Amino acid sequence: MLEVVDIHKRFAPDKPVLQGVSLALAREEILCLLGPSGCGKSTLLRVIAGLESPDRGEVRLRGVVITRLPPHRRGIGLMFQDYALFPHLDVAGNIGYGLRMQGVPAAERRARVDALLALVNLQGYARRTVDELSGGEQQRVALARTLAPNPALLLLDEPVANLDRLLRAELVQELRRILKTLHVTTIFVTHDQEEAFALADRVAVMHAGRIVQVDAPPQLYRRPANTFVAEFLGFRNLLPLLGAPTERQVSTAAGAFVLPEAAPKSLAPSARLLIPPDAAVLDAASPGATYVPFRGRVTATIFRGSLFQVEVTPATAAAACQLSFEFRNRGRQRLPQVGEDILLWLDTSQMLVVNDEEA
Amino acid sequence: MRRLPILALYALPLIFLAVFYLYPLLAILRVGVGGDDFAAQAAAALTSAALWRLLWFTTWQAALSTALTVLAGLPLAFIFARFDFPGKRILHALLTIPFVMPTVVVAAAFMALIGRTGLLNSWLQRWLALAAPPIQLEQTIWLILIVHVFYNVAIIIRTVGGFWGNLNPHLNETAMALGAPPWQVWRTVTLPLLLPSILAASLLVFLFCFTSFGVVLILGGLRFATIEVEIYRQAVSYFNLPLAALLSIVQLALTFSVMIVYTRLQARVSRQLRGRRPARSQRPRNWRQWGLVIGALVVTAVGLLAPLLALAVRSFTLGDQGVTLLYYQALTENPRQSAFFAPPITAITNSLLYALATLAISLPLGVISVYMLAQPRSRTAAVLDPLLLLPLGTSAVTLGFGYIVAMGPLRTSPWLTPIAHALIALPFVVRTLLPARRALDQRLQMAAATLGAGAWQRWWTIDAPLLTRALAISAAFAFAISLGEFGATLLVARPDRPTMPMVIYQALGRPGLLNYGQALAMSTILMVVTALALLAIERFRLPGEEEF
Repeated sequence: MLEVVDIHKRFAPDKPVLQGVSLALAREEILCLLGPSGCGKSTLLRVIAGLESPDRGEVRLRGVVITRLPPHRRGIGLMFQDYALFPHLDVAGNIGYGLRMQGVPAAERRARVDALLALVNLQGYARRTVDELSGGEQQRVALARTLAPNPALLLLDEPVANLDRLLRAELVQELRRILKTLHVTTIFVTHDQEEAFALADRVAVMHAGRIVQVDAPPQLYRRPANTFVAEFLGFRNLLPLLGAPTERQVSTAAGAFVLPEAAPKSLAPSARLLIPPDAAVLDAASPGATYVPFRGRVTATIFRGSLFQVEVTPATAAAACQLSFEFRNRGRQRLPQVGEDILLWLDTSQMLVVNDEEA
Repeated sequence: MRRLPILALYALPLIFLAVFYLYPLLAILRVGVGGDDFAAQAAAALTSAALWRLLWFTTWQAALSTALTVLAGLPLAFIFARFDFPGKRILHALLTIPFVMPTVVVAAAFMALIGRTGLLNSWLQRWLALAAPPIQLEQTIWLILIVHVFYNVAIIIRTVGGFWGNLNPHLNETAMALGAPPWQVWRTVTLPLLLPSILAASLLVFLFCFTSFGVVLILGGLRFATIEVEIYRQAVSYFNLPLAALLSIVQLALTFSVMIVYTRLQARVSRQLRGRRPARSQRPRNWRQWGLVIGALVVTAVGLLAPLLALAVRSFTLGDQGVTLLYYQALTENPRQSAFFAPPITAITNSLLYALATLAISLPLGVISVYMLAQPRSRTAAVLDPLLLLPLGTSAVTLGFGYIVAMGPLRTSPWLTPIAHALIALPFVVRTLLPARRALDQRLQMAAATLGAGAWQRWWTIDAPLLTRALAISAAFAFAISLGEFGATLLVARPDRPTMPMVIYQALGRPGLLNYGQALAMSTILMVVTALALLAIERFRLPGEEEF
């Protein structure tokens, strides 16, 4: 459906923004560009929409090269984070704008606007002015406006970032429902992994103008490709390796572990052992064959509602080392106290050696 | 009872406006309407072809000036809004020139540049060996139109450009992504969004051109007269006070109507702008854009500076002696050797004294007014707000004329001149101070109070330092306005205490190279003093603060 091939873009000679980005999208797929601010994800979106022209590389839509096509002839819908609703037009005027540009007759336009208003649950809003709308309503009008001309591809730049947290979760659900109903191929940009996981079929993680990993959300979460992705996804237990791993055995300040698979052959100095926060069980007996015992002293506890988080320093630690684990909060269970020595069971089958990005 | 001193303080601006603004206007009404044969006179005047010719000329020259100004200003506004280029700050500072340069100086400057004996003509004559000067614009409508564009193009560039720069670029980009080709983006998005600001700026320009006085009086000769010029002629030359009053009333009615529309539009424009983050302007990206920017840069810089430079050059090189200080020396001499006429140079002292007195009056009144206006839901503020704007829509000559008919024995007081200047400067002072006062965070006051500061201590240690910058700018504005004020001064100031613009005007009206040279020399001095005030304004101004 969409192919992006080796796109390079720099705004100043010393400021490369995109450094060889390639990407392919299947029909009806929802792809998320995830990355920290300044990683080039919005610029990539603008290149695809035709608002920036790349220094090098090619954009193909349905097999046709559109790299030099002006934005108004691409048929690609684009929705900005700030929605950019036209303040001088009412809701119907905004939604119908793209159809007006196509020369669709007024009556047909009205019917289509009404259908779209129904789709985004805003029946009866046609004559409202843009100022009268709440943030969530503005977002839905912007979405309807972008969908109105039936774009071949939909680009959403941080579609729900401007809304408060409660509304956001709801609208992400709503958005996925609408996109899947209409079978629209979509790329959306976000820096929020929860949003990415909830909405996308596949997630492309960007870093410093490059795509560093493309995977479905579960794979991405279970197997981050490198330390950057792991850190960006919020993993905190990333332990430096002590010496080169021998086959499946790695040793760290928190102890030595035998992993389910062999570590990569060539490891960078910044390679880390990743222990997910949910890989620990607080129990007296071993929960299974892949679990190993781990003794440590509690340095902090944080209550987080359905979860509680415990910070532990390993009893065996030679250097300063702290691990953080999350446990499901089960009613009457006694929580560990700060200063207490505890026994945990760590699941080695969930551990993973993540290599450096450059290696 | 503790609020009594505050109330007394708050009454000051209202009393000032009542005595020195409303009362003179009422006096004009009385002279115009109160005469025994008013009905007959008004009927005669209204049916006279002369009056309609006057109205017609005033209106069409203002409309044409406005159209030309918008045409010249819009492309420049676009370039200022969209692009970032070296020298932009300096160029933006240059745009303040027309705001503060006195009309007499600008009129003299354009004569020095493109007048019959102007710099361009003498160069062209020398290079092309022509017998007659090739540029023949003196005493034509074109010269008036050119000067009006010079004066007002900055209004378009600043207001429309400022608005344009704040338009969300995503709006245009969204329109493109929705399938709008560039001209459709302009027609359906950019233009409708800009229109209120273009209209508001155009109305202001129209208002200024409609009441244009100095430019038309000096450059128009006897052939052209606006209502404003005619009021002056009727009041001073023919002493026909009833007719002058009638003309003033007609003009007031027209300018107030325009003012009302303007303030409505302005309110809409600022409402639209609220809470919008400024778009980033960008460097030109290709040679076409660079060409556009450099072209605009050169045209603006040359257009703004060439007349002023020509003025300075001409004041040293007029005649055939080469470079000479003759005209500056002549300023220090008393031409008629009589005790009644002081040497022209004393006008500099007069002007500076008047300007200082203007500051002393307008700044305290401005500060008090701003505190009143900033009070939420205050009834006095609701009265004061439009009242403070009115002087902006009242022409200077009308005001001066009002003083003549209203002030009785006070007419000869030397204080009348700075009072008139302060009244004209007050709206500018208030407009500069108000945003700064509104930006003061009330919580700072509360914090200071909890730390033990009393009311005066709070004002002195919190508000005053935070208002300093705005105070400096408004002081410079008031100073420059007083230095250059011409219309009201011409009617109010005593002949034995002339200001610099008066001396320039008189010298321009007398025949002979020496008089003309003196006018240029005095204009150059006034220009330099005004430029210093301008530097002060730009020194203290934060980008994006101006309201005009």
